[in-house]
Amino acid sequence: MSTAVRQPAAAPAVRKPATMGQALRRALRDAMADDPDVHVFGEDVGTLGGVFRVTDGLAAEFGPDRCTDTPLAEAGILGTAVGMAMYGLRPVVEMQFDAFAYPGFEQLVSHVSRMRNRTRGGMPMPMTIRVPYGGGIGGVEHHSDSSEAYYMATPGLHVVTPATVADAYGLLRAAIASDDPVVFLEPKRLYWSKADWDPEQPEPVPGVGRAVVRRRGSSATLITYGPSVPVCLEAAEGAREDGAEGWDLEVIDLRSLVPFDEETVAASVRRTGRAVVVHESPGFAGPGGEIAARITERCFHYLEAPVLRVAGFDIPYPPPMLEQHHLPGVDRILDAVARLQWESGFTEHVGVGEGRRGGAV
Amino acid sequence: MTVLEQPGAYAPAPPPSWRPRTDAAPLLPDAEPYRVLGTPSGDREAAEPDAGLLRRLYAAVVHGRRFNEQATALTRQGRLAVYPSSRGQEACQVAAALALREQDWLFPSYRDTLAAVARGLDPVEVLSLLRGDWHHGYDSPATRVAPLCTPLATQLPHAVGLAHAARLKGDEVAALALVGDGGSSEGDFHEALNFAAVWQAPVVFLVQNNGFAISVPLAKQTAAPSLAHKGVGYGMPGRLVDGNDAVAVHEVLCEALARARSGGGPTLVEAVTYRLEAHTNADDATRYRTDSEVEAWRAHDPVTLLERELRSRGLLDEKAVQEAEEAAEEQAARLRERMHQDPPLDPAQLFAHVYAEPTPQLRDQADQLRAELAAGEETR
Repeated sequence: MSTAVRQPAAAPAVRKPATMGQALRRALRDAMADDPDVHVFGEDVGTLGGVFRVTDGLAAEFGPDRCTDTPLAEAGILGTAVGMAMYGLRPVVEMQFDAFAYPGFEQLVSHVSRMRNRTRGGMPMPMTIRVPYGGGIGGVEHHSDSSEAYYMATPGLHVVTPATVADAYGLLRAAIASDDPVVFLEPKRLYWSKADWDPEQPEPVPGVGRAVVRRRGSSATLITYGPSVPVCLEAAEGAREDGAEGWDLEVIDLRSLVPFDEETVAASVRRTGRAVVVHESPGFAGPGGEIAARITERCFHYLEAPVLRVAGFDIPYPPPMLEQHHLPGVDRILDAVARLQWESGFTEHVGVGEGRRGGAV
Repeated sequence: MTVLEQPGAYAPAPPPSWRPRTDAAPLLPDAEPYRVLGTPSGDREAAEPDAGLLRRLYAAVVHGRRFNEQATALTRQGRLAVYPSSRGQEACQVAAALALREQDWLFPSYRDTLAAVARGLDPVEVLSLLRGDWHHGYDSPATRVAPLCTPLATQLPHAVGLAHAARLKGDEVAALALVGDGGSSEGDFHEALNFAAVWQAPVVFLVQNNGFAISVPLAKQTAAPSLAHKGVGYGMPGRLVDGNDAVAVHEVLCEALARARSGGGPTLVEAVTYRLEAHTNADDATRYRTDSEVEAWRAHDPVTLLERELRSRGLLDEKAVQEAEEAAEEQAARLRERMHQDPPLDPAQLFAHVYAEPTPQLRDQADQLRAELAAGEETR
C-alpha cells in the first residue's frame, strides 16, 4: 500500500513545535491539494473548521464543494460517502465524536466494509472515516468512548491510530491514499500534544499496517497504541527506578490495529519473554484479548509469564470526575509489569530462540 | 413603578420575523394517483403515449411477468436460495428501467431484479445474490446499476452521494433509487431525502408502495396522508402515481429525472401498486391478507392494463400478443437452462477481495483453507 506522501523540493528544515491537530490539518490540506477527488465533509467541518479545528481553513482554501458542512446525520454522511466513492471520489468524512459515530454503523458494517468484497473489487471504497476517540479530556457522557473493538471486529475495514505528531500526518496521508476504507481514530487528548515537526519535510511513514518500536528495552514489552503510548513511555521511564533491579521496558506503538503487525510484536516478545497490552478500551472482548491470544499462539515457548492486559474497566465510560480511575495509568501499568513472574528465572538480554527453558525451538 | 415601567429602561422589540422558507403547496402530491391507462383519451393531461413506447413497455412487462414466474419456479427447483417476486409490480420495474438514460444510475433493492433485467443486464448475473454463488454478479460501474441492496433503504444515501458526486464533476447524470413502503420507515430513508434536498442532488426516489412490508400493512407503517406527502417535509415535490400503470409511471419518472438532470433537485414518487405474491417463496401471505383483496388487485393487473390500451389503439392483435408471449417463454427457457448448470465456485475468492492487498492474517487463512481442500482431495 503506497503512502503517496508528497515530497516537496528541498528547503532548509524549520522544525518548530506543532500540535497533532495541526499535523492532521496539514495532512488533509496536502491531500486535497494533491488530489482533486479528495472531498472532506461532515458536521461543522466547513465554516467552523470542526469542533477540534482539524479542518480549519479547508473550506476557505478549497471551497464549500470540497469541504462541506452536512446535515447532522452520521448514516447520511457515511451513506452518501459510499455513493461518492462509487463515482470515483475519495471521501474523507468526520464523525464528530466516537459515540456520535454509532448511527453510521449500519452503513459502515453493511456497505463501507463489504462493497469491495461484494463487487469482487469492482467497487472499492477509498474512504477515510476520521473519528476523535478516547477519554482524558473531561468530556461528559458520549464524548470519551474507545470504540476501536467494534471497528476491528468488522472485516474489510482498516483501523489506524496515531500517537505522535509526525505519525498523525503520515498515517492520515496513507489512509487517504489507501484504496480501502480506513477508520482513522484520532486520540482526542493528544490533539494538543506537541513535537518539533516540519510540515514542509514530513517524515515518511510506511503505509497502513506497520507498528513501530518507540522505546527499546529488554525486560518486557508494552504493546499499546494511540492515547496510551505516552502513558506507556512514561511508565517505561518510571520502571527504571521501580522494582528491585529496575526494568528496561520495550514500548511498541501499533499505529495500525487492522492490519495487525504480528511480526514486530512477536519479534519483540520473543526477545523480552514478557508482554503487557495496554489500552483504554474495555478489556473484555477488547483488542488486548486478540493481541494476547496471537502472542500466545506465536511466542508460547518464549513466554516467561502470561500476557497481561491493562485496559479500561468493563464499565460504561465514567463521568469526567471519575475517569482517572478508569484510564490505564503509569501505576496500573507498573503493577502489571510487577506481576510478570520475575522469580521465574528468565535470562534477560538473550537472542531470539534462546532463553527458553527445556527443549529446542 | 417597577424598573420595566421606567421610560427607556426596556424597549421591547418585535420578535425577528419568520416566514416559511419555501412555498409548501407546489410540493404536495395530487389527491389521486396519476393515471393514463384506463382513462378516456379526452381526459388525459399529457399527449397520447407514443406507440413505440407502448410497444416497448408491453414487451417488457410480458417478459417481466414470465421472468417472475420462472424465478419463483427456480426456488422450488433448488436453483435459487430465495426469490422476492415483483409479480404485480412489473409496471414499476419496467418503467423505472426504461425511464433511465444510458448515463443514469439505478439503485435497486432485493425485490428489483426485474428492473435490472429490464435495463438489459444478464439475468443470470442479476440473480447471483439470490442464487448464492456470490453477493453480487454484474459489473456495476459498466452497467450503472448498483448492487441489489438488502438492508432496507440503505441504498438511498448511496444514490444521493453518487448523484451529488456526478453534479460536482459536471456530468449530466441522474440517479433513480428504488425502495418500498416498509423501507420508508427506516432512518436512512429520512437521511437520504434530507441530504438530497439540501444538496439539490439529481436523484429521484421511487417508493413502490405494494401494500405490505412482509406482513405489516401500510396502516401500521405510517400515519402520513400518503408516502408522497413525505416529500414536502424535505422541501422536495411528492408525486403520486398509479404503480400498475406503466405509462403513467414512465411519464412521471421521465419528468422527475429530467428535472433532476437540469439542476431542479430531487423528487419523491410514490407508486401505488400491489405485491400479488407472498414476500418471498418462504412466506405465507394467507396469514395476513384475504383472497378477495388479492383478487381486487388482479383485476387491476399491470399487464392487462397495458394490453387493453394497445388493443384499443389498434397497436396489438392476437398474433402480436402470441409473439410477445413466445419471446418471453424463450427467454425464460434460456434462463432456466443456464440456471440449471452449477455455477463455478472458487473458495480462494473469499479472501481475494476483502482488501486491495490481503492482510498477513488473511493470507494465513487462505493457506489454511487451501490446505484443507487439498487434504480433502487426497482422501477422496
